[in-house]
Amino acid sequence: MTEKKWPETWQEVNPGCMVFRPGSALEYHTGSWRAKRPIWDNAKCIKCGVCYIFCPEGCITEDADGYFVANFDYCKGCGICAHECWPKAIVMVNEED
Amino acid sequence: MGKRVGMEVAIASAEAAALCRFEVAAVYPITPQSHVAEHLSDIVNDGRVDASFMTVESEHSALSAAVGSSATGARTVTATSSQGLLFMSEVLPIASAMRLPIVMIIANRAVSGPINIWNDHSDIMPMRDTGWISLFAENGQEVVDMTIQAFRIGEDRRVMLPVNVNMDGFQLTHMVEPINMPDQEEVDRFLPPYVPYATLHPDRVVSMGTLGMPEIYAEAQKSKDVAIVNSIHVIREVWKEWEAQFGRKYEPIQSYRTEDAEIALVTMGSMGETAEVGVDELRKQGVKAGLLKIRLWRPFPFDELKKAVKGIKVLAVTDRACSFGGPGGPVFSEIRSALYDVPKRPKIVNYIIGLGGRDVQVEDFTAMVLRAAKGKLSEPYEFYGVRG
Repeated sequence: MTEKKWPETWQEVNPGCMVFRPGSALEYHTGSWRAKRPIWDNAKCIKCGVCYIFCPEGCITEDADGYFVANFDYCKGCGICAHECWPKAIVMVNEED
Repeated sequence: MGKRVGMEVAIASAEAAALCRFEVAAVYPITPQSHVAEHLSDIVNDGRVDASFMTVESEHSALSAAVGSSATGARTVTATSSQGLLFMSEVLPIASAMRLPIVMIIANRAVSGPINIWNDHSDIMPMRDTGWISLFAENGQEVVDMTIQAFRIGEDRRVMLPVNVNMDGFQLTHMVEPINMPDQEEVDRFLPPYVPYATLHPDRVVSMGTLGMPEIYAEAQKSKDVAIVNSIHVIREVWKEWEAQFGRKYEPIQSYRTEDAEIALVTMGSMGETAEVGVDELRKQGVKAGLLKIRLWRPFPFDELKKAVKGIKVLAVTDRACSFGGPGGPVFSEIRSALYDVPKRPKIVNYIIGLGGRDVQVEDFTAMVLRAAKGKLSEPYEFYGVRG
């Protein structure tokens, strides 16, 4: 994970903290906040996409086979996907385990 | 060369904004500001400026809309009073943090409760730490002049901050006064078209109002503080230029008969003119009285204050707002703090007066001075004229 480069000094802060580089928020990896991670059991998955729709981070994508995966650079481990998953194909497991 | 008109001051403030060719007005009406809102609306409706008037459902929305329009690069004006200003409070520090030069005309009014629509400064005082430049007008002429100056100051690339122009509700807003109204050509010469630092435009992508993590929040606040502290240089410069062009002098603190004064009153806003008469009366009685009128409240003019109090033995500071459970009125506590490290500082006393539209007359000012001269103030601050 790359560290976010903050302006070092107050003099380097743009007026109004304006950010002129589009998409720079991608460099901030919110995945470091995560205490639990979602694990998919594709045997139970019905490919409905509810996890993809509900993910507040927008970090879940569909893979080539129609199953869903989270980008762990950004997944905060909130567990909403697991909570919403109808067939209970997603479980949250502790990062430490 | 402009022309002298008799005009209600609230109407005149809207006329001044029109002379500045505002492009967006987002305003919600509230007594005693309503005539400003109505007249801005009339001006737009009559096609006198190329502008949009946004009818909003609240003051919170009014300032939020002003933030949005200013961020697109439009010269933006809003206006409010009392509860309306308090309702805007969430958005006030956002506008300044985003460095958007919105101009707000404030018809100062007491805050509830008890419900009171009349004048004092209890609306603006709790908002003093929101990062806005704050000007206080003493009469209709100053309201017009400061409204025009406000755009010029706020939009200066070295400032980029919102500015509020404070005029006392009713005592100014509803008075018909003789005003030298500059003409369009003069204002165009003084105020160039607004060139924003950045705008919300798809061709040049920019994010405004971003998240500031603990790693950057303190640096962001420091940079905002430096911006408003340094704005005083631009304010002085703009006021000098105004004087050169229009012949009317503006200073952060205006002194009246203080050359040999031993005791001086301090006022902000419309009370200054009454206090001047009080000082004249005292002079006739042989009292070496003077008056300091604060026109610039934020950034606070520390240097001008220190210079202005030289030789003065007693300073009687008036406040039109309370700081409940605090050290005294906000003007008093700031002045006392500002002079703390001055070796030969005056004795400073505080009168809280003119609350909720209570009239303050010439004899009140003379009485306050005479009592302060005798050092008869028993408390750190006193609610002058309160029954009981």
